[in-house]
This record gives sequence, C-alpha cells and structure tokens, in this order.
Amino acid sequence: MATQILMPALSPTMTEGKLARWLKSVGDDIRSGDVIAEIETDKATMEVEAVDEGRLAQILVPEGTEGVAVNTPIAVIGADGEAAAPAAKATPTAPAPTTPASAAPAPTAPAATAVAAAPAADREWGPTAPLSVREALRDAMAAEMRSDSRVFLLGEEVAQYQGAYKISQGLLEEFGERRVIDTPITEHGFTGMAVGAAMNGLRPIVEFMTFNFAMQAIDQIINSAAKTLYMSGGQMGCPIVFRGPNGAASRVAAQHSQCYASWYAHCPGLKVVAPWSSADAKGLLRAAIRDPNPVIVLENEILYGHSFDCPTDPDFVLPIGRAKIERPGEHVTLVAFSIMVGVAMRAAEALAEQGISAEVINLRSLRPLDTATIVQSVKKTGRIVTVEEGWPFAGIGAEVNMQIIEQCFDWLDAPPARVHGLDVPLPYAANLEKLALPQPEWVVDAVKKLI
Amino acid sequence: MRVIGCLPQRSVIWRMSTSRVAEFSIALTRYLDGNGAATGPLPGFAAAPADLLPLYRGMLRTRSFDAKAVALQRTGRLGTFASSLGQEAVGVGAASAMAAEDVLLPSFRDQAAQLWRGVTPLELLLYWGGDERGSDFAGPREDFPICVPVASHVPHAAGVALAMKLRGEARAALCLIGDGATSKGDFYEALNIAGVWRLPLVVVVANNQWAISVPRAAQSAGETLAQKAIAAGVPGEQVDGNDVIAVRDGVARALERARSGGGASLIEALTYRLTDHTTADDARRYRDDAEVTPHWHGEPVARLRQYLVANGVWSREDEEHALAGAAGEIEQAAQAFLATGPQPLSAMFDHLFARLPASLRSQRDAALGGEADNG
Repeated sequence: MATQILMPALSPTMTEGKLARWLKSVGDDIRSGDVIAEIETDKATMEVEAVDEGRLAQILVPEGTEGVAVNTPIAVIGADGEAAAPAAKATPTAPAPTTPASAAPAPTAPAATAVAAAPAADREWGPTAPLSVREALRDAMAAEMRSDSRVFLLGEEVAQYQGAYKISQGLLEEFGERRVIDTPITEHGFTGMAVGAAMNGLRPIVEFMTFNFAMQAIDQIINSAAKTLYMSGGQMGCPIVFRGPNGAASRVAAQHSQCYASWYAHCPGLKVVAPWSSADAKGLLRAAIRDPNPVIVLENEILYGHSFDCPTDPDFVLPIGRAKIERPGEHVTLVAFSIMVGVAMRAAEALAEQGISAEVINLRSLRPLDTATIVQSVKKTGRIVTVEEGWPFAGIGAEVNMQIIEQCFDWLDAPPARVHGLDVPLPYAANLEKLALPQPEWVVDAVKKLI
Repeated sequence: MRVIGCLPQRSVIWRMSTSRVAEFSIALTRYLDGNGAATGPLPGFAAAPADLLPLYRGMLRTRSFDAKAVALQRTGRLGTFASSLGQEAVGVGAASAMAAEDVLLPSFRDQAAQLWRGVTPLELLLYWGGDERGSDFAGPREDFPICVPVASHVPHAAGVALAMKLRGEARAALCLIGDGATSKGDFYEALNIAGVWRLPLVVVVANNQWAISVPRAAQSAGETLAQKAIAAGVPGEQVDGNDVIAVRDGVARALERARSGGGASLIEALTYRLTDHTTADDARRYRDDAEVTPHWHGEPVARLRQYLVANGVWSREDEEHALAGAAGEIEQAAQAFLATGPQPLSAMFDHLFARLPASLRSQRDAALGGEADNG
C-alpha cells in the first residue's frame, strides 16, 4: 500500500513554499528519520523527515518548484502493507516569527525561538506483546548486532555473567567473545578504548554497571566522544552508545543513586535518551546504536523487571528527539521521563478522580528535546508541571519550564511548576529514601496549587 | 580491665621460605653516541649511511617548521604553540618505523611524526591558529587529531588497536605521550587492558625530563618510566631519544611484535626539551642555563649530521641547500595560512553532530541572522 508524502507546514500561517531540493531519488530505500527533501519559504528553510519506511516510488513535485501549497502530495512511498500514517514531519531550521519583524537589528546572541511545526502522529507499529524492559534492551542490541557486524558490546560483567543486571542474556552465546567483551574494572580505560574504536570505524555499545561509575569516564564521554567530530573539522566521528542504569534504585545509598540526566543533556555533541516503557527501551536503543553521534541511554534499574506491551514488528525503531503523549488531557501538562513517567501516570489517575484531566508527556529524548510537543500541549492546557527524580538545580525540569516560558508564556494560566527529588544525597535509610523521591501525591499537590 | 579474648598460640613455627617468582630488567638502546659516532653495528635500515638522509631531512624540516611557528606566535599571528626543539628524533624515528596503514595518535608536541606521516605544514598551522579544518587531514585519514588533554588518547589508541584486532588486521596503533602523562590513570588503565588483551599497541614516551616546570625526578620515584610496562605485563624498554636510529629501531621492533600478535609495548625515549613548554611558558623561571646548556651536546640533528658528514654523504652545501628547501616550503605554508580567511560563524555548528538537531539549527540561524543584520 502506497503512502503519500504531503507538503508540510512550517508554521500555522504558512500556505505555500518552494520545494528546494530532493535528497532521495526514486527507488531509494527510506528509513524513518531520513531527511528526504528541503523546503524553503521566505522565512526559513526546513528539512522533511520521513516517518514511514519503504521505497520512494514516485516524486510528484520536482525540485525547484515554487508555490507548492501545504498538504499537496509531493511524493509517494511504497509501504510494506501497513496502514498509512502521516508520512512526513517538518523539522524547521529557523523559526517562523509570530509577530511582524522588528526594525531593530536581530540580537546576536542565539535566542530560543518558537518551533512552530506540529509534530506528526507517531507511526503505528501494529501488534504488540508483553515484554520486560530488560528483554527489550537485550532484543534491541541483538537485532542491531545481527544487522551490523561493526556493533559490539563491552563492559564489566557483560559476557560470562550476562550483565550485572542480566541485560546481556544470551548475547555471548549468540555473538561470541569477540563481540561481547568483559573488561577489567577500568571505566576510564574501557570507555576511552571504546571511543577510540568508534573513531576507527566500529560501533561500540558501552555498558556501565551503573551510570555512577561513568563518572570515572566522563572526561572521555564529554571531552573526547562529544567533541572530536567538531574538533577534527568533521574528519573523525564517534558513533557510540553509552548505556546503563541511571538514578535511584532501591537502597543502594547516596553514591549509587543519582540521576545524570542534566549532566549529559547539558553538553553539545551528545544525544541523551531516557526510556520508560519496553517500547521506549527497544526503539530508542536501536536508534541510538544506528545513530552516527555519541548517544547516552539512561536506563532505570527498577524498570528492568517491568513489563509493557511492545510492538512485535522486527523493524520497530523510534526516532530520537520525539516525545510521546502517554495520556491525553485538558487541564494540565505533566512532563516526565524514565521512571517518573509512571509516577506522572499514577498522579494523572488520581487527578482524574478529582475531575482534573492531566496530559502526560513521556519525553523519551532529553537532547534533542521535543519542545514542539510540549509547547503544543501547554497551549492546550495552559499549565505545566515537570516531574523528575533528580535534583532541581539546573535540572531537566528547569530547562523544560524555561523553554515553555520562552515559547508560550502567553498561553500559561499559572506559573510553571516542577516536582523533583529532594536536594540532598539520597539517604540509605528506607524511610528517608522514600521521603526523598517524588511520589504521585507530590505531583497531585503541585497540580492542585495551579488550578 | 576485662580480658575479652586472646590469640591462639602456635605450636608449629613455620620456617620462612622465599623464592623469586619474577625478574625484570630494562634495556637501553643507543647506536650513535653524543658525537655522532657509531657505538657498534647499525640495524639494517641504517646499514648504508645514505639511507639515513630522509630521516635527517625530516628532522630539519620539523626544526624549520617549529622556528616559523614560534615566530608567527611571537608576532601575534598564531595561537599558543609547543615547539619540539631537541625532540625531533622521537617523532621522526617513531613515524618512520610505521607502515602507512598503522594509525598515529599524537600529543601536542608531535609535529615531527605528523609531518612525516603526511600531515601538511599548512594543516598544522591552521590547527594551531584555531581552525578545526586543520585536523581534517588530507593525507593520513585515520590518524587522530592532536590530543591536548594529557594521556586521554592512550585509551583511544588501545581502542584503535582493539578495532584492528577485532577486524583481524595486521596493523598497529602508535601513541605518543610525554613523561608527565605516565603519571595519569588513563595511561595505566589503557596499558593494563592492552596487556590483558594483547592489543597491537605501541606507546612511545618522549621523556623530555620536564612536565612544564616539574622535573622527571618529581614525576615518579621509579628508576625508569619504561618499567611501568612491567606491571601491565607488556615489554618496556628505553631508547636514546636523541638517536633517531635507536628510536626507529626500537619502535620498529615493537610494531612488528604488535602486528604479528605479540601484543603491546612501551618505549621510553630519553630526550630533552631544549625550549619552553609552549609559547605561553618561560622556562627560565624554573630552570637556568646551567641546567639546559649541557643538553645541547648530543641533540638529535647535530648528532646525525656528524655521522653523515663523517661518512661522506653530507656536506656544507647539502646542508645549506636542505635548509633553504625546508624554509621555502614552510614559508609557503605560512603564507597560505595567513591568506586563509577566518571561519564563518556557521563553522561552530558545522560538525557538532553528524546532522544538526532542530534546536541547534534555531540557535545557528539566530546567530547567523544577527551576524547578517550587524554586517
């Protein structure tokens, strides 16, 4: 069944644009996330990314055509029998001003600006089956290792022991000791080594037993992996995945219970994802392994044993940089990632019983951040509460709320609010640990202060 | 006081017995003494004196490059620069032992090796001038960019060696570091793994006796830096780092061992930093002429020249001709560097990601808009 790609809109006011360039030709295989064309308006240029996969069957509008109306079919993708989802999303490269241009010179400092394109609906992946997060991560690695011989896994206890948290079960058996490698206890050493291997053409997956131990190696992650493409003038990239459990587990004390989300998301050159469900884990890890940049995958130990419905399609993958609306709502937007999505979902249930309809956004990706989806939601609800397990100072909630202030301040009916872990080293004592981490009631209380 | 316990009394006295379970020694290799006289038979590549001329020219070229780069810095036309004056034999000796398909991971004072490998003087000047395009080498595409952080590229080198080993290639990675770098954890961690996994890695330490102002004796209590290899289970040896024949010979043996599955090596090349740490340093503040002057005796360029002249393959005319040729090439590169325009603002974003995410495209476009409006 063929899918039409429609001329996307860069902004709600855009009616037409120029199809500047096709980046794919008829007959090319298109994967989700591929840039297929560039479109220009008098305000900006943007890239059109494919959401559906298949073969480019027909180009309906040749490059160079001006005045192409929004929603005009511009190409046809031959799909593999699936129902057609919206076929393309627009990724603007520059903002469409919402107010007339000022006569004053534009500021030289980079200004955060509205990303006006409405995100396309997520692709439907068909049937699902229950799968634990642990199995989803393993399946993602196994699938990518089967399809790309450059991919290998290394870390402490990943091979013989099958992973400290049993994520790599069966991988040594299937792929052998050349591709599933136990390292000495040497985080800085094996991380730097994996970075070097990535720069020399392999695609390593580095498992940290926990992200707490990655502090020994953070110099390699930030100063080498994230910067070398830039510092080598584009000569040498670093396609690598750093993954492992992040944040509090259960009674492992202060030095083994912290969230590194804002540490890594702070750094240009890195991509950072934080899965919640099995589908997140599988889809995002597969995308991370395929990504040509260094990607941090922040997993959660407590979620490893949780089961969620996950698409069974063998090609299932998720785009990095897209959030998911887990629960639609009208009165308030709850923004969370990783295990806090579950807390937000439980809070939304409790709020529903009190007649308050909360929309829950699962960020999935922290950098790049899907600001468009959050902005669209807040424009509908007029209120936002971010929920994170980590510390508040310069945290992900601070960034999300600042984006909202910059991009849709006038839509807000209440100040942005955040729920977060207490600003203390996480206590070991069971009662204190529970008291330091966000609970659904904290979210309910925060929402009720806004309404 | 209450007695809460007492040690059991032994009825058997164990007779002490010790045995030697491991023994180590560190060898030092030298072929030319400080006056350029052969101390014994030379290795095969040096058997004919004329075969050493490319190595000599390589050192002269490096010295010419260093002098020009320092001059450019002193006249405000180049950023901070680290001269390799007195250490040219380490880079030329090591790089000349490499095969083209081996991979070099240099530190910030390794222009001798980079130039030998085919990195151009213009690329190096662009790099030191702050233009990242200088690290996009047209020549040795797999060689790594200059590593300014101390020793963080030793794990990278082990990773390159791992990649070679996993792909089943008969190649090796060569990492150049300084004496100070051997005190760092990343050096030890990389060497340890390279030992365990028998990786095709050669680490060459240019021991120039000074880590900025910290002398070698204050860096480690070990008699040699080469012996740090012993704990990692890899061979460690010293070579006279001012004797280009000794450097090349030692590195060639280590590379051959690496490529043929024999694992990693550590080579300590004994040399001396005859100049400041960088152009941002004034070494007279922490070491006086009485410390430095004796080290001019036996410096690598004069040492090899004495040997070549004594063996009748080099003359004053050859020297003048070679110096003029090197200076001409470097001057041409300097003029090309100075004629290269500044990078556009967009260069900051160009290679940040393989493809720039939308949020950064907004930042870039906003910055570009500002630039255009102000222009």
